[in-house]
Amino acid sequence: MGSAVRALEFRDPARGRALARTLARLTQEIGRNPVSVMHVCGSHEQAIARFGLRASFPHALEVIMGPGCPVCVTDLPEVDEAVALALQGVRVATYGDIVRVRGTARSLADAQAEGGRIDVVYSVTQAIELARRSDEEVVFFATGFETTAVATAAALLDDPPPNLSILSAHKFIPPVMEIVAEMPATRVEGFLAAGHAATITGSAIFEAFVAQHGIPVVIAGFEPLDILAGLARLLELIRDGMPRVANMYPRCVTDAGNRVAQERLWRVFRAVGGCWRGIAHVPNGNLRLRDEWAARDARRRFRIDLGRAVDGTPHTLAPQCICGDIMAGIASPDRCPLFGTRCTPQSPVGACMVSSEGTCRIWHEYGGHPDLGATA
Amino acid sequence: MCLGVPGRVVEVDGFLAVVDFWGVRKEIRLDVVDAPVAAGDYVLNHVGFAIRRIPAEDVAETLALYETLLAELDAGDPMAADVRGELGAAGAARRG
Amino acid sequence: MTKARIELRHGAGGRAMRALIERVFVDGAADEARDGRLGLAAMDDGAAIPLGDRWLVLTTDSHVVQPVVFPGGDIGRLAIAGTVNDLAMMGAPDVLALTCAVVVEEGFPLADLERIQASMRATCIEAGATVVAGDTKVMGRGELDGIVLNTSGVAITDRVIPDSGLHAGDVLIVTGTVGDHGLAIMAARHGLALEGALRSDVAPLNDLVRHALAAADGTVVAMKDPTRGGLASALHEMAAKSAVGIVLDETEVPLTAEVRAAGELLGIDPLHVANEGKAVLGVRREAAADVLAALRAHPLGRRAAIIGRAVAERRGSVVVDTGFGRRLLVEPDGEPMPRIC
Repeated sequence: MGSAVRALEFRDPARGRALARTLARLTQEIGRNPVSVMHVCGSHEQAIARFGLRASFPHALEVIMGPGCPVCVTDLPEVDEAVALALQGVRVATYGDIVRVRGTARSLADAQAEGGRIDVVYSVTQAIELARRSDEEVVFFATGFETTAVATAAALLDDPPPNLSILSAHKFIPPVMEIVAEMPATRVEGFLAAGHAATITGSAIFEAFVAQHGIPVVIAGFEPLDILAGLARLLELIRDGMPRVANMYPRCVTDAGNRVAQERLWRVFRAVGGCWRGIAHVPNGNLRLRDEWAARDARRRFRIDLGRAVDGTPHTLAPQCICGDIMAGIASPDRCPLFGTRCTPQSPVGACMVSSEGTCRIWHEYGGHPDLGATA
Repeated sequence: MCLGVPGRVVEVDGFLAVVDFWGVRKEIRLDVVDAPVAAGDYVLNHVGFAIRRIPAEDVAETLALYETLLAELDAGDPMAADVRGELGAAGAARRG
Repeated sequence: MTKARIELRHGAGGRAMRALIERVFVDGAADEARDGRLGLAAMDDGAAIPLGDRWLVLTTDSHVVQPVVFPGGDIGRLAIAGTVNDLAMMGAPDVLALTCAVVVEEGFPLADLERIQASMRATCIEAGATVVAGDTKVMGRGELDGIVLNTSGVAITDRVIPDSGLHAGDVLIVTGTVGDHGLAIMAARHGLALEGALRSDVAPLNDLVRHALAAADGTVVAMKDPTRGGLASALHEMAAKSAVGIVLDETEVPLTAEVRAAGELLGIDPLHVANEGKAVLGVRREAAADVLAALRAHPLGRRAAIIGRAVAERRGSVVVDTGFGRRLLVEPDGEPMPRIC
């Protein structure tokens, strides 16, 4: 049947309606209620919310967002390290979203208010420019998954100014899929994988996962039709009991991926176990600089004094925050007692509300997903 | 992160390219792109680095989606109105 | 949780601003019942005071835009058009008179002031309006950011058109492309150079409204210009005040290619940014075609389109039909922040 996936004109509403009907038919053929699938990419959730796709999904289909927001899964000690450096007088450059996320006691924004110098950049190349302008130490606090880590690696390999170093909080997605697949509470029957990460890693990287867990993985792009078609393909595989990897984004993803990018990535980084915020330990889930790069590793270049960073009153609402459950895909924002009332984009409590890719922030921006199933 | 809009390469200078995204030009690095890139090629960009050269055969398809979209929204253009009518008719035919 | 200080988002035209106005300015202003006037509590585009069997419509507006000169216009044009449009949105396209007060910072270039004045005069001629009274003040360097203009306007009309007149079944029409002004300002502030240029749409709409009302004969039941807070805010207000739901057909909202591109690249939704030369009309369904034709026959209404309808469900909410599904249109709280890829 691969016919659910003919050539796509990515924003054609007529095809969108046809795909939505296909999803309904496939869900019915599967027969379970709900059929739960998970995606692990903030950009997928943004596209789903922006286009209101959930209103077109059949009621029995549950599309859950998993731990796909890189800022949200940056752990407390990682933020504390950046905060500590800032309080120690080191200039810290980083992507904007992480600036308001609290570590144990403070966010980088708090550190800035206390005199720390924080620069918001849109690319590691801007951090390089900052380092070029003077002799002062500049640390790039590097958040993001493997696609973003590639950029950091490329920057280092291009011999940037000696006063630039990296505090890596980069993470690697495939290992966290293992965690989710192994959670006792998990109902996830299939995964939608992020098209841009797969552009780098290739689709073959999911073969071992699929073989081990018997769960299909479909790689999808980010246009509304990409997502609908990707879900249709995933439901087909679930219906037919075929745990396979299917590439529904062939214009960008190949089996082997981008070898040049991979080579750069693994020349600079290695995968180590580490904690993801709210998820706990993920084996091989963190990307840290290899020993050859010790001189560029902020953790080894500086003596980071965490004392000041963690000194302070933890946020009073923090105990009620359920970001961890939300990120693991076992709760949704509307279950959180703080969502939209005491936790809003203007005064966020948890990381999911701070980050533009956080589930709570996306839901808040697009009105959640009330039952807006299209009427005839 | 944005959805990764493909941009058109305007000029290449070593590992730097000037890329055009619907009239906005940005400097993009070519350190990690998977194929040699020349002016006229289309690339997928992520945080200032090209991560994919979109092959020629896919370019027309990818471009068509954006241009059809842009044309469809130009309500004053009689040709675009035709395109929209056709798509609507195709949808109706599928439903009927 | 109450904050003790005014923040920027309180001026952005969205939820925060309305809450502030309700709390500080309207609370206790129990003037609506008296002699049938539409006063502060209604929080409409202007006030309407009965004068025999006609209405005196009155409005005031302050303008603080930065940059003061932007592609497509300047603060002078904005000041005149803004007030003329507020009157027109109340159903009063024939402006009786305008006033203009200027507060200018010491050191402001005289040539710029003259340019602004020339702009105001040209816009007045376009609108068929005259500034009959004014005031000028100068503040010390650093005490004010350049210049602030306040304009007031007065007009007389036989019929006031409020924000709140929608009923289920009515159709919503926008007079042209959306997001032009807000994105032009945003791009100017962030130094985004765009081929084909983003331009503000700032323009007086009273003549366009006159034509629409002439074609409509009582069937235009609500009108609003989507300024700060954009189309999203305007639709929310109309839905809330009329106690109806609104379904917005996103694929029908006219956008220029430049606005669409800039919106995607900056991560800003054109539905959330200001328009200064557009109006949203609520029209009885049977008259929609005529009103649309009248608008499209006018130079300022060529891209007019039916973009949605009022419904009985989900009163006070705006649902967006994206073509692929539906979502709730959340009212913006403050000024949208760009997220440059």
